[in-house]
Amino acid sequence: MTTTYLERLLEPWREFDRMNRLINRTGSQGCSEYPSVNVWVNGDNAVITTEIPGIDRESIDISVSGNTVSLSGSRPAEETKEEESYHRHELWHGKFSKTIKLPFNIDSEKVNATYRKGVLHISLPQLEADKPKKINIK
Amino acid sequence: MTDTLKEVQKKEAELEKGVERIRETRVYTPAVDIIEKGNDIVILADMPGVDENSVDVTLEKDLLTIYGKIEPEIPVNHKLMVSEYGIGDYQRTFTLSSEIDREHIQATVRDGVLRLVLPKADKEKTRKIPVTGHA
Repeated sequence: MTTTYLERLLEPWREFDRMNRLINRTGSQGCSEYPSVNVWVNGDNAVITTEIPGIDRESIDISVSGNTVSLSGSRPAEETKEEESYHRHELWHGKFSKTIKLPFNIDSEKVNATYRKGVLHISLPQLEADKPKKINIK
Repeated sequence: MTDTLKEVQKKEAELEKGVERIRETRVYTPAVDIIEKGNDIVILADMPGVDENSVDVTLEKDLLTIYGKIEPEIPVNHKLMVSEYGIGDYQRTFTLSSEIDREHIQATVRDGVLRLVLPKADKEKTRKIPVTGHA
């Protein structure tokens, strides 16, 4: 009984994971995999965290529509003059964009984002109108 | 696509044979850029989650080691549902050549990126060894 209930509870999240894999695989070329995200859930709130070090917070663009969050931004390469040369070049540079679909509609008014120490946290509460309502029997 | 994916994935740091870690945490090798800029060698290392208080830069003989300790900021009462990246400390070691002025190495952290500026030693800048051949 417990197992089936739990499974049913997790089902939308499995679907969500599968959907997002699909979206990001077929997305725009080059950098659609960047950045990697973690998604945390507590009932009617989801938190997306992502590590995007070295980015100017002004260049981070977050937009929410329905159940979809879109993240985009860019990281410029270190400015170098002609006589300067790279011995190693492993850091990621360029433009990124990523779309994540949640299994619920998001209350865009209450979305909260912070960028600290190169880590972006976005808190996404579920839209009130979307939440299940208890119907009282008269 | 697969190549891009590989590039952005964090790499776990390898341990030497027979060595174990004390802290039970994952340790990643931060990606770095090493740039030669005039009289400086600049090392940039991506260490998201690290700030100026949680990064250690040590120099022992020729080995420059950077270590970033992470205090994971986990959303309270939330459960991890999708995990595309792991969270852990960062460590990487570089061998310095003797041309570095060890007294004047500068380290700064901004937005999770460590920036090390290693000035070249003065005498090394100009010293040139003449090579003579035998007749």
